[in-house]
Amino acid sequence: MSASGRLPRALHPGAWWLWALGMATAASRTTNPVLLVLIGVVVAQVVVARRTDAPWAMGFKTYVYLGLVVIAIRVVFRMLLDGQYGAPILFTLPEVPLPAAAAGIRIGGPVSLEGLLAAFYDGLRLAILLLCVGAANVLANPKRLLKAMPAALHEIGVAITVALTVAPQLIESGQRVRRARRLRGEEARRFHVFREIAIPVMTDALDRSLLLAAAMDSRGYGRAASVPMRTRAMTGALLLAGLIGICIGTYGLLDSTAPRYLGLPLLVGGAAVGWVGVVLSGRRVPRTRYRPDPWAGPEWSVAGVGLFVAIVVVAVSSIDPTALVPSRQPLQWPAVPPVPLVAILVGVLPAWLAPPVEHGSARQREIEPRARALAEVPG
Amino acid sequence: MITFEHVTITYPDAPEPTLRDVDLVIPEGELCVVVGRTGAGKSTFLGAMNGLVPHFTGGHLAGRVVVAGRDTRTHPPRELADVVGMVGQDPLAGFVTDTVEEELAYAMEQLGLAPPVMRQRVEETLDLLGIADLRHRPLRTLSGGQQQRVAIGSVLTPHPRILVLDEPTSALDPTAAEEVLAAITRLVHDLGITVVIAEHRLERVVQHADQIVLLDGDGSATLAAPAAALRTSEVAPPLVRLGRLVGWDPLPLSVRDARRHVVALRADLVGLVPEHRPPLAGPPVLAARGVVVRYGDTVALRGVDLEVPAGQVVAVMGRNGAGKSSLLWALHPAGRRQGGTVVVDGDDPAARGGVVGLVPQTPSDLLYLASVAEECAQADREAVAEPGTTRRLLDRIVPRVVDSSHPRDLSEGQRLGLVLAVQLVRAPRVVLLDEPTRGLDTLAKARLTTVLLELAGEGCVVIVSTHDVEFVATTADRVVVLAEGEVVADGPTADVVVASPAFAPQIAKVLHPDAWLTVEQVERALASGASR
Repeated sequence: MSASGRLPRALHPGAWWLWALGMATAASRTTNPVLLVLIGVVVAQVVVARRTDAPWAMGFKTYVYLGLVVIAIRVVFRMLLDGQYGAPILFTLPEVPLPAAAAGIRIGGPVSLEGLLAAFYDGLRLAILLLCVGAANVLANPKRLLKAMPAALHEIGVAITVALTVAPQLIESGQRVRRARRLRGEEARRFHVFREIAIPVMTDALDRSLLLAAAMDSRGYGRAASVPMRTRAMTGALLLAGLIGICIGTYGLLDSTAPRYLGLPLLVGGAAVGWVGVVLSGRRVPRTRYRPDPWAGPEWSVAGVGLFVAIVVVAVSSIDPTALVPSRQPLQWPAVPPVPLVAILVGVLPAWLAPPVEHGSARQREIEPRARALAEVPG
Repeated sequence: MITFEHVTITYPDAPEPTLRDVDLVIPEGELCVVVGRTGAGKSTFLGAMNGLVPHFTGGHLAGRVVVAGRDTRTHPPRELADVVGMVGQDPLAGFVTDTVEEELAYAMEQLGLAPPVMRQRVEETLDLLGIADLRHRPLRTLSGGQQQRVAIGSVLTPHPRILVLDEPTSALDPTAAEEVLAAITRLVHDLGITVVIAEHRLERVVQHADQIVLLDGDGSATLAAPAAALRTSEVAPPLVRLGRLVGWDPLPLSVRDARRHVVALRADLVGLVPEHRPPLAGPPVLAARGVVVRYGDTVALRGVDLEVPAGQVVAVMGRNGAGKSSLLWALHPAGRRQGGTVVVDGDDPAARGGVVGLVPQTPSDLLYLASVAEECAQADREAVAEPGTTRRLLDRIVPRVVDSSHPRDLSEGQRLGLVLAVQLVRAPRVVLLDEPTRGLDTLAKARLTTVLLELAGEGCVVIVSTHDVEFVATTADRVVVLAEGEVVADGPTADVVVASPAFAPQIAKVLHPDAWLTVEQVERALASGASR
């Protein structure tokens, strides 16, 4: 690792996403609670080591709570709806008598340990998947990810960025208008709420979007829009085909019952076709990028770790599908297969491989002026 | 640098062209101020310089506009982005990205400049406009003056030869306006950029102007040297009107110019005192005690006391964020207040609907119907007033507003008048106006002054928050200055503003230390002195 690799800087958001998706792929292939909890711990360790002070980086706890809620829902529903399958029966809930038309559905009744465990394992897997996606969101600045989009997708990136800034503006103008409505007295408030609030807010939003469009036009947006029709059509077709390939491929890869050829081959093929489309259309756009996030050694290693974890776990599961699914018949403490265990532990390496983050000043920069701006908005 | 050759611009459905046969050349490296009433075509004139008119707005352009050698007929705005930088009225509405640094780079990215060049120019621009310490800040958290400077910086980075600004200081407090204007004059002096500014607050910009484009309102435009153009123009800053009154030649454009002439005027004014409205006494109509407003941890008002007798016009001043708006809203029963009491005529205003009226900063928030007539009828119904009352009030405030026109198509002054009428129909005892002068031209402002003084004459309490020192000088009896949520000065207008560097009107600066505030005071005093 070079010296500059250790200087504090932000890792390319794409690398974080690749790593997180790798961990998620591993999690999706197992219901072994030991492995799943281990993935969760690994992800949390990396987040704690490499998150910044930015506002979006503070949300990891939310994902943990969300995961707990998912597990709880899963277990409770299983208890209520079909807890009776399997053995041993732990306790019996009062049963709700249903009409004959609803045969096959039971509410309440006996609850088995096996059923509960199955629900818990499933819920845990979902929760860990959520945690992985959450980790990517927390570690990578979502706006920087948009900026890192290939030139051909620039328009989509701009649209999303604009939408993200417009949302808070809409809320703000909604609050302003609602406050102003009260100035016209009580009687007015009860009727036509939609018309009285929505119309001023919508006109305000339209005015703003026109102003923004004029400003963007004046600043050179869309200068190189003169791409020939045929190239544009071909690029579109390539991109679409690539996206479909990636979607089916991902599905094939994640669903272990899908035919083998639907998995990796389609994913790689789709990605390749899409990439050709992106490069083809990007070549026509004479736009440059200000201070792009570099893709260097740390990015390769972090993304590589994610890929490694995914490949090992997927390989183990396709060679021996039972290895990653703990036995519930007979019930026993789940055995821990050594190879996936080591692979998942490798996943914690980005906590050291990624360059350290800059702490301190960023937070003050964000929060102190926000408080001051709030003071200017009477409310 | 910018050539208009017999330009006539007509919008679709408009009976008359907005600009008619405009033929002028704005020379390179000059600061040119566009002067004219609301609706005289200022925005059209500015938009024509980078092709927004007619490429973006629609309309028909006859003749030719040539900017730095490029014809706007064949070059849409995006093809002119590297020669013309255009900053709109509301900088926040024109921001595309969300941090200062990215915003500065945006235009260069669109032009495809090389990354090292971009990096260098961003750093240079940050220093040029004095915003280097803001580089990572989110744009929404900046103050108005900072946003304006970032907006200017964001169009400067492609190194345009021309900078076009639409009312760059209209929303700013006097100090922030000075900062922005200092940055602009620096661009003219150091970089030789041609700057075109449209501005209603002539007193702020005219001293920096090399040229003035006078839009007469009938579609014609003429270019002239400032002193010559302002000799006859309909709108003029107080200094120029003083110069016209006492026959100074050349007309003074800055306070320093005027001071060179002032000795003779002082001699004429010896023994005369400025005429002020007599101080009002009597029991307070509005009594607010210990008003506290807070937003989370931020305290906007820390225990403000305010007592106002009937017939007084109070101006609330202070920098952006000092708590002016918060105070006005706290005085209204619909507003937010965490502590303190507000009493109107000895009663809780919440118990008597409509006893306090408020015109918010964005008056159009109150309007949602499709025509002026419908809005008036709705206001009558809401106030349980006789049909036609609001319309009569509106005619008194701004005459000749067409019944069928859509509220959004009205001029700023007309819209303000409509909202004021909607509030007045409930016969309030206290009338609050939040920044009413924003976007008003001189004549609309004079009309507003008349209306507010009439209201005060009928025994209303009028409280206005504003940055406009000239408006305060002509309108207010009393000034309350807020800073960090506390009252730092409170007294008769003359006492508060004359000695203040930020809030003194031009006439007071010229005749300091005597308490003259307006041209009208000087005029009346001179007339009475002559007849003596």
